[in-house]
Amino acid sequence: MSRALALHLAVIAALFAAQFLVPPYHHTNLARIMVLSVFAMGYNIAFGYTGLLSLGHALFFGAGLYATGLGIEQFGLTTAVALLAGLLAGGIVAAASGVLALRTGGVSFMIVTLMFAQAGYLTILYFGAYTRGDEGFVIARAARAIGPVDFSADTPRYLAALALFSVALLVNFALVRSATGRSMIAMRENEDRSLMLGYNPFRVKLLALVISGLYAGAAGAAYGVLFGYVGASFAGIQYSILPLLYVLMGGAGTVLGPFLGALLMFYLIDISSGYTTAHLAVVGGALLVLVLFAPKGILGAIRERGARWLP
Amino acid sequence: MAALTLLSARALTRHFGGLKAVSNVDFDLQAGKVHALIGPNGAGKTTFVSLLCGRVPVQSGSIVFDGRDITHLAANVRVDLGIAYTFQITSIYAGLSTFDNVALAVQRQHRDTLQTEVMAALTRVGLQDRADQMAGTLAYGHQRLLEIAMGLALSPKLLILDEPTQGLANAEIAHFKTLIRGVTPATTVLLIEHNMDVVMDLADQITVLNFGQILATGTPAQIRANAAVQTAYLGG
Repeated sequence: MSRALALHLAVIAALFAAQFLVPPYHHTNLARIMVLSVFAMGYNIAFGYTGLLSLGHALFFGAGLYATGLGIEQFGLTTAVALLAGLLAGGIVAAASGVLALRTGGVSFMIVTLMFAQAGYLTILYFGAYTRGDEGFVIARAARAIGPVDFSADTPRYLAALALFSVALLVNFALVRSATGRSMIAMRENEDRSLMLGYNPFRVKLLALVISGLYAGAAGAAYGVLFGYVGASFAGIQYSILPLLYVLMGGAGTVLGPFLGALLMFYLIDISSGYTTAHLAVVGGALLVLVLFAPKGILGAIRERGARWLP
Repeated sequence: MAALTLLSARALTRHFGGLKAVSNVDFDLQAGKVHALIGPNGAGKTTFVSLLCGRVPVQSGSIVFDGRDITHLAANVRVDLGIAYTFQITSIYAGLSTFDNVALAVQRQHRDTLQTEVMAALTRVGLQDRADQMAGTLAYGHQRLLEIAMGLALSPKLLILDEPTQGLANAEIAHFKTLIRGVTPATTVLLIEHNMDVVMDLADQITVLNFGQILATGTPAQIRANAAVQTAYLGG
């Protein structure tokens, strides 16, 4: 077993052990962080590995969240089917918006994705009769279970989040070391060259975006079922920016970066908001420090200083 | 007996505004040979080969490659048909290892024997000991060789090299010449080159381009004896 794989398995093992060690408050936090990490991993596949700077990933997270939430509450889907619908919704919405947005690049791509996400957010508000708009709706407790496993209880919730996180992490790990992953990285590094090696840039980037959307959709779907609330704020601009911040902090283009970034950023906000209402200023300060001293994020900096084996 | 034609262009034209980069060019490439393209700076050599490989869209005219009209095919599709292009300004993946650079060329054809194929391609240009090195940290000459290795790793029918020996030391140029002799006749080579020793040594055919038009085509001996070429290019 390579040390890279060993490290990733160790992180999963440590998270498994953490549920017995940390107090209940952090227990819930960690479950939340793991789900948000999956979202950030998806973002990282598009941004960190393929070089697609999207400002609209809340659309894919929201698609997963609402497909699952509305699927249960409005269409009477079983929980398992609704979760699957959430996963697919993320991928389908990513494919549809990608087909259009990938006709652009660079700054235009950022703006187009931002606008798509804004349109998605407004759509949720427009259909307030079903979505209850900003106020959102609660998924009935009875529906937050598969068979005898009740996800509103602490331990099943934690384990479900961990299971999703583990699968996402290992798939991500395998992806970036595969031929497909290499062709995505090639788009980020030198698109011109890739074209002249026979790659169709549009197709490679669309695939990356769809995988990214599946991650975001899965995270959104799980978030709804595990925490029981579906609201429009999850499809707002803030949820497009958050995964970007997580990834920048942990290290773009590293498999563990999104988790590390989500963990640190979550607690940075959590702890600083205990002292001040201006906790976003603390986040801003942290990002400034990061950009100045470790522009490639924490794991990116570590990789640059010798740990080149980090995937 | 006429040799087999791998590629032929007819009335190929590309203007950039008022600049007639390539104007009404007819061009035939014989299979299995080394064909050199020479001409003064700004003669349209790079634009011409960019039209052939699809980096620059054709304005008018047509290109037939291996019996198929490729005039309007995308560049990546032409790569699949067997046209490889190496850039004039070294274009590699600086942030990836030398191995990964070549793997990107190899993996679309040989996914199962990737390791072997990549190492074979690197060995061919003498970079086998640098497989793990970051490509951006290679010496300039080695980066040029890596670029050629990537082109060869595509196992193309036609390899287009845009000033491959630019900036290489003499020993490296000698190595390059051996390398190119070794790839023909399996691969046809179209070479843009400023170094006349390399051209005269390697080329079976030479085409001279000037102001976007063909001035002369012939064997090295014919080109050397051509008065028009001497005036325009070889300096009288």
